[in-house]
Amino acid sequence: MQGFAESFASAAMLILTGDPALWEIVALSLRVSLTAVAIAALIGFPLGAALAVGRFPGRGAAIVCVNALMGLPPVVVGLAVYLMLSASGPLGVLQLLYTPAAMIAAQAVLVTPIVAALTRSAVEGLAAEYDEQLRSLGIGRLGAIPTLLWEARPALATAALAGFGRAIAEVGAVLIVGGNINHATRVMTTTIALETSKGNLHLALALGALLILLALAVNAAVAALGARPREALHA
Amino acid sequence: MRDLAWDAEAPPLVACHDLRFSAGGAVRLEVPRLHLRAGAPTAVLGPNGAGKSLLLRLLHGLIAPQEGRVIAAPEVRQAMVFQRPVLLRRSVAANLDYALRAAGEGRRARRARLPDLLSQFGFAASARQPARTLSGGEQQRLALVRALATAPDVLFLDEPTASLDPAATHAIETLLAQADAQGTKIVIVTHDPGQARRLGGEVLLLNRGRIAERTPATQFFAAPRSPEGRAYLSGALLL
Ligand SMILES: Nc1ncnc2c1ncn2[C@@H]1O[C@H](COP(=O)(O)OP(=O)(O)OP(=O)(O)O)[C@@H](O)[C@H]1O
Ligand SMILES: [Mg+2]
Repeated sequence: MQGFAESFASAAMLILTGDPALWEIVALSLRVSLTAVAIAALIGFPLGAALAVGRFPGRGAAIVCVNALMGLPPVVVGLAVYLMLSASGPLGVLQLLYTPAAMIAAQAVLVTPIVAALTRSAVEGLAAEYDEQLRSLGIGRLGAIPTLLWEARPALATAALAGFGRAIAEVGAVLIVGGNINHATRVMTTTIALETSKGNLHLALALGALLILLALAVNAAVAALGARPREALHA
Repeated sequence: MRDLAWDAEAPPLVACHDLRFSAGGAVRLEVPRLHLRAGAPTAVLGPNGAGKSLLLRLLHGLIAPQEGRVIAAPEVRQAMVFQRPVLLRRSVAANLDYALRAAGEGRRARRARLPDLLSQFGFAASARQPARTLSGGEQQRLALVRALATAPDVLFLDEPTASLDPAATHAIETLLAQADAQGTKIVIVTHDPGQARRLGGEVLLLNRGRIAERTPATQFFAAPRSPEGRAYLSGALLL
């Protein structure tokens, strides 16, 4: 086992020299999580808006469910997606298990409730404010959804960033459905877990540092959106 | 302003029959019959809680009557301006464009009309400004221009100048006079007797959810017919 200071030094070297193995892992992480968030947004934005303005039986229960699903443990999501994609599962024929596609699916499942729940609360507030004005302009309840989503765009950006933060940092779901295969499905979090257990601390430290930087960047972006509500709202 | 005439033969633009609305365990509005026809403005006066906003929202179709009917032909175009302007979080121009599109105007027609609208109503310089950064008075004027952009047959306004200074109030009233001259029927709730007088139409006095009297404005302010009218003008009409 290397010394602590030594590990830090070689971790810094890995980042600064742009080590190809390191960047391959970072690139796959970004690709998987960004795609998952894009899918989650595609589903979560309209779903959240529909929950906010819809008047249908079971709406209250649906909102409780979506809110509860925000806290889904990643390993449980991983297990569920694994069962769906495994050879004997209903989607087994797609042969997606242990591919980035499976990881994207798992993270999308994990993140969609977060995006939908945050979208719902943002759109609900706006809908109350805009309801009579939009109906006066002749726009129906469902027709108002695109308008409300556009009006809520800073909150939606925040929701997407929150989802990205969750996706990039989780390890359980991608580990189960991705398998942590070298040069194929290895992402930052799964690599950290593996390399740490192997005692290969410098790669783990380098990836950990990059993860923290990413988390900081995401939070700074959220704060920037929140700190300038007026400008952001009119952007 | 056109002369004070309400053609009793013309079909009403909006009407209601046997209208009743209860909320919170009490009857808040009871209007057996009200016909609003094209012509000079109608100023709805009355104390707080009289049911003025309720009447406007029922007539405009924002709430459904529990009893009775509101009759509004679909070809009669309506618009409404609220006490607090609700502008979209977009530019001034985009707010107007949105209303035109909601009214079914095509892209090309909108692109042709928008610059004219903006300059005609004094928003050319602020066309690209975020609408919510306008002053309160400017926001209300934009809300009114947005309502007028589709040339409505009936325009409802609920205390549109309640929080505006005299200059902004004057700007609103000027636009209302223009719209009136162009044939838009104006139905305005106001607590300002001076405003009702300046608009120069008729007064509809509501009290406790009922129409206490409906009289031409000049007559109302000279000699109201109802005891409620006299009490209102002397400041003694309370719920
Ligand atoms: N949804 C509701 N539930 C209970 N009460 C209601 C509801 N809507 C209106 N009311 C009551 O009906 C009455 C009339 O309300 P409305 O808003 O029409 O008054 P208004 O004449 O516009 O008063 P103001 O001059 O203060 O605006 C009020 O007493 C109000 O509390
Ligand atoms: Mg009112």
